[in-house]
Amino acid sequence: MSAALQLTGLDKHFGALHVTRGVDLTLEAGARHALIGPNGAGKTTLVNLVTGMLTPDAGKVSLNGRDITGLGQAERVRAGIARTFQINQLFRGLSALENVVLALSEREGIARQIWQPAGTNSAILDEAMAILSSLGVGADAGKTISGLPYGRQRLIEIAITLALKPRVLLLDEPAAGVPSVESDVILDVIAGLPSDIAILIIEHDMDVVFRFASRISVLVDGGVLTEGTPDEIARDPEVRAVYLGEESHG
Amino acid sequence: MNATVKTDPTAELRNRHRWRPVEALPWLTAFAAFALLPDYAALGTQIIIMIIFALSMDLILGYAGVVSLGHAAYFGAGAYATGMLSALLGWNEPLTGLLAGGLAGGALGLLSGLVLLRYHGLTLLMLTLAFAILLQEAANTAAPVTGGFDGLQGISIDPIFGLFENDLWGHHYYWYSLSILFLVFLVARRIVHSPFGRSLVGVRENVRRMNAIGTPVFGRLVAVYTISAAMAGIAGGLFAQSNAYVTLDVLDFARSGTVLIVLVLGGTGRLYGAFLGGAVYMVLEDELARISPEFWEIGVGLVLIAVVLFFRGGLLGASDALMRLIRGRSPR
Repeated sequence: MSAALQLTGLDKHFGALHVTRGVDLTLEAGARHALIGPNGAGKTTLVNLVTGMLTPDAGKVSLNGRDITGLGQAERVRAGIARTFQINQLFRGLSALENVVLALSEREGIARQIWQPAGTNSAILDEAMAILSSLGVGADAGKTISGLPYGRQRLIEIAITLALKPRVLLLDEPAAGVPSVESDVILDVIAGLPSDIAILIIEHDMDVVFRFASRISVLVDGGVLTEGTPDEIARDPEVRAVYLGEESHG
Repeated sequence: MNATVKTDPTAELRNRHRWRPVEALPWLTAFAAFALLPDYAALGTQIIIMIIFALSMDLILGYAGVVSLGHAAYFGAGAYATGMLSALLGWNEPLTGLLAGGLAGGALGLLSGLVLLRYHGLTLLMLTLAFAILLQEAANTAAPVTGGFDGLQGISIDPIFGLFENDLWGHHYYWYSLSILFLVFLVARRIVHSPFGRSLVGVRENVRRMNAIGTPVFGRLVAVYTISAAMAGIAGGLFAQSNAYVTLDVLDFARSGTVLIVLVLGGTGRLYGAFLGGAVYMVLEDELARISPEFWEIGVGLVLIAVVLFFRGGLLGASDALMRLIRGRSPR
């Protein structure tokens, strides 16, 4: 069986800056994998390479054994890769419900329909409500995003990605910018995500990482320093020096 | 979840496309205006043409968030197509003439959209502007077929359905234009409430998120740009038919600017803004030009500044605020 997501020798330069150096990374189906590393290690760049926002200079991205390196962003989403953003990317003027409905319409391929009124598709509306309720934000469905607290907006980000029924989900610092009172709710939601989705979480907060991940990759200066279980990573002297050490200084 | 849901949050989405009684208002106004002021039918026709043009602009600007300073290119393409069909080829049947205008606008929209829509923001703004100017210059240069600076002459349009001629008072053309507006509006209304239309709103609200949910954004934009350009072409065709004359004015930057002003004045992203903005602008222009033929633009400018400063969402936004005020005071 092939891995859900496999990165082989991914390389990316921004001019003279070598931001991604020969990254190999494998996510099995249902994986709970964390990507950690100091600021500027190239974590978000790696996410952008996987989602197709950026094209790698060299290397390969495979989804379920299929080479998707040549596919654009939208095509990769349809192939099964979804992401959340470090900073919310939502339809701020629309209701939470419609945010999810738009994603569902794309997944179902009905967003091209130009004549049938959108509101007549009950199945989509019901599924959107079900997703929001499953994340505990059903009561916010009718509210406009811009009026929701930031923590709830983070949950809507996740709801949108779930609507896409991804096989691989990339969570870019899902609890970033959320007050600690609300972040527990988000972490509970993440812990409860469907087990068949392979998840790569990019995170700064070590508590989140060790609570959630069964494998951890450490990214330093664009390359993978090491990979292992949370225990192995916690004991690794190199990681402590390069990353955890830095953290305690800063 | 055991929270009692008092209102079904899906209801708003389920009912959004349903007709509301208030939507009869513009049409009733059009009937009333004719009954009360039959002498103004010719002005009414020009208002209707402006509304169709503004509706086409609303599809790209109000819904998809694409700002253009060159929408007159498609209006002009439609006007010249309809006009040249009659003046050069002697094809004078009005409905097919109008169709030709729409096709010309749409074809030009598709071709130019494939290039223009690869750009965004200020770059797009400049490119749309440059495109319309180039087209106007091309029309000027192609004098043998377009009439160039002197305008296209010799347009003669057959009676509509072989029955209704463009009479001296413009009565027939008023009803003809109103019927075309109604058809164009029905199509536009259908589109904006469709999943396609809602995805355009998604593009307007957040392109990055649309990419991240798998939307082929460029294709969607090209599609709506083409439809919008076709509608602008129909407006241009109607303009050529009602005036029986086409000049380079139809491609002018001033026309591109005016349709933007009309839409912002009325309110973007809600279709009816085109109606209100078109009517208010054209009547204002007519009245002010009568009072002061030289300085009427100052009056229009002042009104626009006032609307933009005090009412976000244009005149329709202002009427919303007023309604909320009235409702807020009355006991529930």
